[in-house]
Amino acid sequence: MSTHSVPADREITFAQAVREALAEEMRRDPAVFILGEDVAEAGTPFKVLSGLVEEFGTERVTDTPISEAGFTGIAVGAAMTGLRPVVDIMFGDFLPLAMDQIVNQAAKVHYMSGGKLRVPLVVRTNLGATRRSAAQHSQSLHALLSHIPGLKVVLPSTPFDAKGLLKTAIRDENPVVFFEDKLMFQMKGPVPEGEYTIPFGVADVKRQGADITLVATSSMVQVALAVAHILEKEGISAEVLDPRTTVPLDAHTIVESAKKTGRAVVIDEGHERYGVTAEIAAVIAEGAFYHLDAPVRRMGAMDVPVPFSPVLEDLTVPTAERVAEAARALCGRT
Amino acid sequence: MRRTAPRTETQQADASQGVPVEQWLAMYEQMVKIRAFEEQVNELYRGAKMPGLAHLCTGQEASAVGVCQALRPDDYITSTHRGHGHCLAKGARVDLMFAELLGKAPGYCRGKGGSMHIADPQSGNLGANAIVGGGAGIATGAALSAKRRGSGQVSVCFFGEGALGQGVLYEVMNMAALWKLPVIYVCENNLYNEYTHYAETTAGELRARPAAFGIHCVEVDGQDVRAVYAMTRRVVERLMAGEGPAFLVCNTYRYFGHHVGDVNRSYYRSKEEEQDWKARRDPLAILAVWLTVEGLADAGMLEEIERRARDEVAAGVEFALAAPYPDPGEVDQHVYA
Ligand SMILES: Cc1ncc(C[n+]2csc(CCOP(=O)(O)OP(=O)(O)O)c2C)c(N)n1
Repeated sequence: MSTHSVPADREITFAQAVREALAEEMRRDPAVFILGEDVAEAGTPFKVLSGLVEEFGTERVTDTPISEAGFTGIAVGAAMTGLRPVVDIMFGDFLPLAMDQIVNQAAKVHYMSGGKLRVPLVVRTNLGATRRSAAQHSQSLHALLSHIPGLKVVLPSTPFDAKGLLKTAIRDENPVVFFEDKLMFQMKGPVPEGEYTIPFGVADVKRQGADITLVATSSMVQVALAVAHILEKEGISAEVLDPRTTVPLDAHTIVESAKKTGRAVVIDEGHERYGVTAEIAAVIAEGAFYHLDAPVRRMGAMDVPVPFSPVLEDLTVPTAERVAEAARALCGRT
Repeated sequence: MRRTAPRTETQQADASQGVPVEQWLAMYEQMVKIRAFEEQVNELYRGAKMPGLAHLCTGQEASAVGVCQALRPDDYITSTHRGHGHCLAKGARVDLMFAELLGKAPGYCRGKGGSMHIADPQSGNLGANAIVGGGAGIATGAALSAKRRGSGQVSVCFFGEGALGQGVLYEVMNMAALWKLPVIYVCENNLYNEYTHYAETTAGELRARPAAFGIHCVEVDGQDVRAVYAMTRRVVERLMAGEGPAFLVCNTYRYFGHHVGDVNRSYYRSKEEEQDWKARRDPLAILAVWLTVEGLADAGMLEEIERRARDEVAAGVEFALAAPYPDPGEVDQHVYA
């Protein structure tokens, strides 16, 4: 279901959508609980979890010490033994502190045990620059996690997707890393009242088009939609695809779209080098090569630590202007 | 708490601590089995029949058996790279263990884990771990889970003294103490972090570290299964009373090298030291002598036990050598559940 076809009887923010997903899942299944720094009364620095502790108590919305490796590891053990933890990593930049627990423990347990043990764990965290937060609070590290077999990686770009995908993540039997864009928490969008889930590995066509495919993730979906709008005025029809999960990746929908349009730009906020854009570009090249009228173009964040100064920071992330320029070039309109 | 199996120690003053003689004999059998198992592992390695490496726990049998005997079948353990003893003591089968070590299909992990990753949820074993300190989060999380579910289970985290260098251990001990989780951190201090004496790697007092978190810390002669067993039972009682986590130091020694290929080790420890431990501190001998002196067993009974254990091990090796390798189609199975 595309966001744009959602029956919209109401609009809520991305943060509300996340909170609703958690609350509904916690009501549905007593094994679900939240673990992280300042998740209870504070509701996280972004207030995404505000109000949950009032309903569920500190047994199920538990503040931890500042110990990313420790509480992520504890969540792995809890997940292996009958609970369904949702771990909150305050900033995606702190994932490396918990990397052994995620990469060597959570992602490996099922395989190493020959399928005998399971880790139904969700690691909720964030990504995204342009908040003037400098290099240790601005990274988009989802490509690192997407590299690891055993993990699923989710990147919602709308309130609707956030709610449906988070509910799926909580019900999944595997470790899932769920990345929310810091800039999107206040973004509003249509979210139906009733219960729904969105399956992993199904890309969403955010906009239909005929001349060029823009594959975009997370906050870059808004950039791609803005690009499509700009190009439309110039007579170029852009299709915008959001994979929604990088693992599993809906290669089929991406390849079919590229075959249809013959051109593609892949946009993602992770660093360009060895990134998500490279992977998706390769998928398109392998699957649609003989249908392409131009080489696939990838656009990620610059391969530099994210600078503090606004004038510098804004240079590091793909912008609508720069993506539009690349798209025009691919379409032979410069 | 739904804990059903009795754990209360009787107050008898006799040397057997009120433990029925059959249980001491069972512990003896377990220890003999672990030793015989590892002799075979060494043979398999030297005969180039075993892929990879193995870390033998020969000499450390008493801490594995003494701790696990004080646990319920559904209590949890996490183990280490030196984990054969822990896995067997918690109830793993010899034949399926060998199959796993040889990378064979019937192995505990379908040949995907090997010596350092044996997991057997049926016996409460949440997995051996090749990351030093890697079981700390898992064991603590299992304790959190047990407490939340009110299952009355306890969780034991085995690790070597080398894991005291890993920060994650302190992170989880902090939370275990704050939240009074039913977890026992069992530090098997065999003196060496791989090839380095622990005195060179461990500042301050070992026991002061858990104490800093207010964690109940006790130390036992890890070569005496009676001491380990008795202490673990006392510690489990404390956990059941909700008094929070415990830290148990078992002073022990590994007879072999760090791994099966570590043969020339004079640069980090002396032959005399090794001989001394084997001659005076052997856990099997300590229990056997005591059982005999107390008149609880005679030489014939102990020989019979040893024969039984060795037969089981021999049959297990035979089974594993004859077992098939996994189907190639297994390679991408179980990446996701
Ligand atoms: C995090 C990590 N660092 C290094 C190693 C390599 N390594 C494997 S075993 C070992 C020594 C462990 O010593 P200890 O914990 O005392 O256990 P022991 O081998 O004495 O039983 C080392 C350094 C590892 N497996 N994991």
